[in-house]
Amino acid sequence: MAMGDRDVDVSVEGGHVALVTGAAGGQGRAHCVRLAQDGIAVIAVDRCADLDRIPYEQPNRDDLHETVALVEAAGGHGIGIVTDVRDLAGLGDAVRAGVQTFGPIDVVCANAGVIQLLPATEIDPVDWATVIDINLTGTWNTISATLPTMIDAGRGGSIVITTSVAALKGTPGMAHYAASKAAMVGLARTLAAELGPHRICVNCVAPTMVNTKMLLWDGAYQAFRPDLDAPSLDDVIDIFASGHPLGVPWVEPIDVAEVVAWLVSNEARYVTGAVVPVDAGALIA
Amino acid sequence: MTGELAGRVALVTGAARGQGRAIAVTLARRGADIIGVDLCDDLASTDYRGATAADLEQTASEVEAIGSTFTARVADVRDLAALEAAVVESAAASGGLDIVVANAGIAGGAPLAAMPATSWSEMIDVNLTGTWNTLKASVPLLLERGRGSVVITSSANGGLKAPPNLAHYASSKHGLVGLMRSLANELGPAGLRVNCVHPTAVATDMLLNDATYRLFRPDLADPGLDDVVAQFSAFHSLDVPWIEPADVAAAVAFLVSDRARFITGISLPVDAGLSAR
Repeated sequence: MAMGDRDVDVSVEGGHVALVTGAAGGQGRAHCVRLAQDGIAVIAVDRCADLDRIPYEQPNRDDLHETVALVEAAGGHGIGIVTDVRDLAGLGDAVRAGVQTFGPIDVVCANAGVIQLLPATEIDPVDWATVIDINLTGTWNTISATLPTMIDAGRGGSIVITTSVAALKGTPGMAHYAASKAAMVGLARTLAAELGPHRICVNCVAPTMVNTKMLLWDGAYQAFRPDLDAPSLDDVIDIFASGHPLGVPWVEPIDVAEVVAWLVSNEARYVTGAVVPVDAGALIA
Repeated sequence: MTGELAGRVALVTGAARGQGRAIAVTLARRGADIIGVDLCDDLASTDYRGATAADLEQTASEVEAIGSTFTARVADVRDLAALEAAVVESAAASGGLDIVVANAGIAGGAPLAAMPATSWSEMIDVNLTGTWNTLKASVPLLLERGRGSVVITSSANGGLKAPPNLAHYASSKHGLVGLMRSLANELGPAGLRVNCVHPTAVATDMLLNDATYRLFRPDLADPGLDDVVAQFSAFHSLDVPWIEPADVAAAVAFLVSDRARFITGISLPVDAGLSAR
């Protein structure tokens, strides 16, 4: 048997369809647009409403429309669907609508997530449940809602879970967030082992701080500079940069999106179970 | 040349065949000019044939057919002086150096009791010290540029896991991770990135040879490639016995590109799920 005779291609040629959660802004929007540039149709899912206990600005329906407009401007196709990742039935509806529009899903970006910057003694049961429900259970719901259709289609596929450097490196003031993100690594590794026979790859991206509204707002500056009354970006930028051997304060959403696009591409057909930091060196610093 | 690496010069060690050739060709396709270094000789401790001058010429012709330049240098990565001369002269002729892929390496396996000290030494000398020599010779040129990207070829089995009978190989490949991480910290402030790729079994002469077949199928008198497919597939979550050199090259090409501009200090497995289980 010649090696070239072996059918080893786990990818799908053409007709890719991705479901992206947290798609109305920040990293999720970047993923949608970047995947569209590679010819992947996008089902853009977002809650599009503010959240109790989450103090920074959440995207709205106009933002989700803007994501779809940017996908189309990139030459791609997309639909926006408003649902909460805590709502498994709502995600099921999103999957059905997406499959009806574009065909079987073969790429899933479980990206929706929230953070609270709180000392452990100030995290109450509602805070804990909110962060775990959205980040961890929401990721599980997203995969749970899409996996049967991926397996039934029999075309293989690629799941990318957005975790964080906080999953892997002790970072004060975000115990529930770190716990949720570390759990995602276990989820990804287990699913990589379990879904390999279906030719479905499961990987994590682990960004450091990213230039989005989750990070760059007054409350975050205050958490990093409790010594100041009304700190601004200028008061924290050097602190952010000091954690990165590459000297940058944060990475951009496109930097994470490039890794996502690579992981779901045929170039990474044998990459599964990996955790790929996009962290300017934060994990080794 | 056009492409995302147009105008850049890449040093690739172990370039005569296998992964090194695939890396050279892939980087060339994306626009880079290549400096290819290889020993082009057999090694004392290995059970498979070494690369030849003809192999290095084949890489050269494949790279040149793409339209990139290929500067071939026969040098032993264990010989720092020879490596420094090769790298400095080639980079000067190529207009500098932007990318280093420290890929040269050897493999073998034996239980501790049966492993000669010479096998240990040669493994550490080639895989670990050879990589250090490669970086010692080339990083000053990257620093001159004020930017650059280094990728070190570690291993999934040897650098992330550590199965039996690979004490020397696993030590060398784990050592590369320490080297990578320390240098990523050291060189990051100067704008240089340093990462490792960790391939699983790759379809190259290093792996697919009679010694491997006999190691995995001692029950057979004259085992061949077909006789080890099931054993190798069992390592992986994906149903493949091994990956292709092009799969490793694709990962290297991503890491050295500007798409990975803020990725440093990472271990990227290309291993069909081996290290996650």
